[in-house]
Amino acid sequence: MTINEIQEEIIDEFSSFDDWMDKYNYLIELSKELPIMDNAYKTESYLIQGCQSRVWIHAELQNGKIRYTADSDAIIAKGLIALLVRVLDNHSPEEILNTDLYFIDKIGMKENLTPTRANGLLSMIKQMKMYALAFKNR
Amino acid sequence: MFNAETIRKEFPILDTCIYGKPLVYLDSGATAQKPRRVIDKINSLHTSCNANIHRGAHYMSNACTSEYEEARERIRAFIHAPNVRNIVFTSGATASINLVAASYGEAFIRKGDEIIVSQMEHHSNIVPWQLLCQRTGAVLKMLPFNEEGAIEMERYEQLLSEKTRIVAITQASNVLGTMPPLRKIIDLAHAAKAVVLVDGCQGIVHAPVNVEELDCDFYVFSGHKLYGPTGTGVLYAKEKWLEAMPPYMGGGDMVGRVSFERTTYAELPLKFEAGTTNYIGMIGLGEAIAFLNTLDLPSVHAHERRLLAYASERLNAIDGLRIYGTVPGKCSIVSFNVEGLHPLDVGMILDKTGVAVRTGTHCAEPVMARYGITSMVRASFALYNTIEEIDALGKSVELAIQMLR
Repeated sequence: MTINEIQEEIIDEFSSFDDWMDKYNYLIELSKELPIMDNAYKTESYLIQGCQSRVWIHAELQNGKIRYTADSDAIIAKGLIALLVRVLDNHSPEEILNTDLYFIDKIGMKENLTPTRANGLLSMIKQMKMYALAFKNR
Repeated sequence: MFNAETIRKEFPILDTCIYGKPLVYLDSGATAQKPRRVIDKINSLHTSCNANIHRGAHYMSNACTSEYEEARERIRAFIHAPNVRNIVFTSGATASINLVAASYGEAFIRKGDEIIVSQMEHHSNIVPWQLLCQRTGAVLKMLPFNEEGAIEMERYEQLLSEKTRIVAITQASNVLGTMPPLRKIIDLAHAAKAVVLVDGCQGIVHAPVNVEELDCDFYVFSGHKLYGPTGTGVLYAKEKWLEAMPPYMGGGDMVGRVSFERTTYAELPLKFEAGTTNYIGMIGLGEAIAFLNTLDLPSVHAHERRLLAYASERLNAIDGLRIYGTVPGKCSIVSFNVEGLHPLDVGMILDKTGVAVRTGTHCAEPVMARYGITSMVRASFALYNTIEEIDALGKSVELAIQMLR
């Protein structure tokens, strides 16, 4: 699936939820399904700055596609990062760099995108795109 | 008799809905909401009487100046300072502490001197002293608190010595709510010939303040936590120190005569008020004090203590919840964590239910470190909060636990 196809899929899933509680419960569920991150990557060097919770993101290039793994000690932040991993994982650096992550607004999570927001969604996106930029320029 | 339901009507913002739910504002420790008369005062100045103070030869300038000086007098009376010369207006408690650290520090602090700072201080009452130590070669000494959140007074007596020059201590911890025994701390410091700076940011909201009786050398607070506007602060200092301290910032309004050869400084307190101050804000803070003066403050403080007692009981009944700071006589701040849950998750779910609390380090990382954690949830109560709102907090915490476990 293309990045936008995945975004549409997520928007579709969220459209069935009536209220915030359904959405948050789904995020909590997603956080539990996020593939386990290798403990070797849960170090300072993979830690995202600017979040109240600790969020680690690791990326590597496999056959021209970026593979992301991530974790957080807070559940909702982990649910948000699970969504990001689902959208961006296994795509080329160019695709990731050229992506507009419009699904965040469409699923009603835009409030989490303000720069001072404690869960650091914005910092997570920035870090994932930084990896893409680094792999592209390699 | 004080009635919170009646007083709420004076605070327009409390009618706001968040995500379609009534706002339950439990973050007054970060900033308090403003009564209508403060908002109206600021508006009316901007719409009908605004001119720069102290120098104008015209009607509005004189009117603003006299309101500004009237605010100073109200603040003086509120904290029982001997004279308006003791009251310096700043942009906030942080600015007040930095002023003292820089200016008193320049005059009196030398290499090898010691500054005692408690472990429960806000970063604003730690970092300025660290910077002073770096500049001068003075030594920072940490005064610890125990598991319950009480200052370790025995350690304090051990730390005090002929090298001690300054003791910096909060009137009420912004995390633990602890109100240290200031009287004793100040007397012991004075016996060691050290001066004491009291951070009154949280304390002045919940308890009466009498700086002359306390005999502290410096007392600072921010206006915005005391129902006044943001960007307003106060430094009270004994006159002998203000006279001995060099000016902190140079600029307009703080001078007597200026020439390139020699400049003389204005009388106290203007010597420390360089540039155009936030005069509209300070008049707004004067209005907040006037608002408080219409209330019976002992019954306001009793109301806040009832809220604290009820919140402590309500939250303690929740399985796995721990409150940090359990010293008797603490002010109406409750910081807590739920076993196995990240405070940020709890805060985000509370937010969705309309309950506004703070999560994080609360600008007091040494307090977090003391308990070996990185963050807490904090609910802080002001005069406009109600028992019903604490029930809402309790229910939302239970909902968060149900969702997150």
